[in-house]
Amino acid sequence: MPATFRIWRGDDGNCAYEDYRVDVDDGMVVLDVVHKIQAEQAPDLACRWNCKAGKCGSCSAEINGKPKLMCMTRVGDLDLSQPVTIEPMQAFPHIRDLVTDVSWNYRVKEKIKPFKPRQPDAPDGTWRMAQSDVERPQEFRKCIECFLCQDVCHVLRDHHKHDEFIGPRFLVYTAALEMHPLDTEDRVADLKNRDGVGYCNITKCCTKVCPEHITITDNAIIPLKERVVDEFYDPLTRLFRIFKPRKK
Amino acid sequence: MSDTRVSLPQPRRLGQTSRQDAWWLQPLVVFLGLGAFVVYSTWAAFVGVNYFYGGQGAHYLSPFYSPLIFGGPNEPAVFGPKPEWLPLWFSPAFLILWAPGGFRFTCYYYRGAYYKAFWNDPSNCAVGELRSCYRGEASLPLILQNIHRYFLYLALIFIVILAWDAWKATWFLDADGHEVWGIGLGTLVLTANVVFLGGYTFGCHSLRHLVGGRLDVLSNKKIRKKSWECVSCLNRKHMLWAWMSLFWVGFTDFYVRMCAMGVWSDWRIL
Repeated sequence: MPATFRIWRGDDGNCAYEDYRVDVDDGMVVLDVVHKIQAEQAPDLACRWNCKAGKCGSCSAEINGKPKLMCMTRVGDLDLSQPVTIEPMQAFPHIRDLVTDVSWNYRVKEKIKPFKPRQPDAPDGTWRMAQSDVERPQEFRKCIECFLCQDVCHVLRDHHKHDEFIGPRFLVYTAALEMHPLDTEDRVADLKNRDGVGYCNITKCCTKVCPEHITITDNAIIPLKERVVDEFYDPLTRLFRIFKPRKK
Repeated sequence: MSDTRVSLPQPRRLGQTSRQDAWWLQPLVVFLGLGAFVVYSTWAAFVGVNYFYGGQGAHYLSPFYSPLIFGGPNEPAVFGPKPEWLPLWFSPAFLILWAPGGFRFTCYYYRGAYYKAFWNDPSNCAVGELRSCYRGEASLPLILQNIHRYFLYLALIFIVILAWDAWKATWFLDADGHEVWGIGLGTLVLTANVVFLGGYTFGCHSLRHLVGGRLDVLSNKKIRKKSWECVSCLNRKHMLWAWMSLFWVGFTDFYVRMCAMGVWSDWRIL
């Protein structure tokens, strides 16, 4: 079946859409189409990919305007009666064609206080914890760092608050550490003052695009916002803390 | 993140997007739904009459006016008739509606919904937006959204009051003036109202945090763990409960109003 793919091409600000007419087969994903275009029409088309199984998070792009993994988007699910647009992520600096520079994310991650477990529970240096307690942060460990949530977040994408806001991916990362039953570190002040959790206005776009179906907003960001409220905006909780200090 | 160096694409203009689906439909539906409720509830609050139906021995009070602080004769007012020093336009609903209204206004679900539908911030996911300046909920005025849990405390009190109203709606005065237990269609309407509002209130994100979410270890606290699981269960459908309860609380007022105006007759089932 013939279909038109409209791909964002170029670098250094000299960019434009280019149309490619491709014969697509049943079962193809968008990454297959991009590879086919590379093989048959545009060998210099730049795109980042690796596992082709939705687990490495490399082939993030915007397909018909929606942030998605190219390897997990079936061509059969798209409307092929009109051109399918494939664009690079909008929240990061463009390098070339479909490739963006996502290194900002790694710099952000380095600044988040690392896991700091309590003293071991057993003489052999091991810990004991209940599965039910660790299930909550385990959801966040599913993240493959595709950065689609960062891409769709309007605080980064439209308002470019990269200096003040760490984005949903790293709020999930912080939640995984902060809610861990063994962790003793306190990141709540950082969340408010440095990481900009207050910038999130709960659009839930990050949750909608997550290919791992992590409930980012409800299970990570809002609970972190509530912890910030405990610490900074709720006088009653602060009053109770005088009599019963928080244990980490 | 002050050492970040990024050169980013130009932000898109309002409504600019490569999305091909009807991305405008969801914010439009929210705009119409919330807008209609705000207009109706404001009108119902200002009108100040037909909020109580006592015909056929019934005892139906509109949730917009419950608890009835001041009221007319034969109405279940807590403090009797409206004081004369209050202006004529002052409705007892003004003393009530700010609390549930504040609860919904600061609700995490509604925030996300009305930021999109009313403020285009953004209009929808991956759609260009109106303003270039953005402060989010990190500074005034929206930092005040953090007061949500205090509105939750008030909303929990209102659930008790509305449950009491639903209970009162099961008692009817017979011809001799004695109270007899029964069920009318209005009883079911008022009861469903409490159920929907309860589903919404008990699934609140702040409540989820307060009953157990703030703790990292719940396995040794059985009651808090069960509470957190129950609230989490309701929380997963928070949007659904929010809309059902919003519609039904408006309909409950409408039903009582129609009965009080004599437009509808309440159907006595038992």
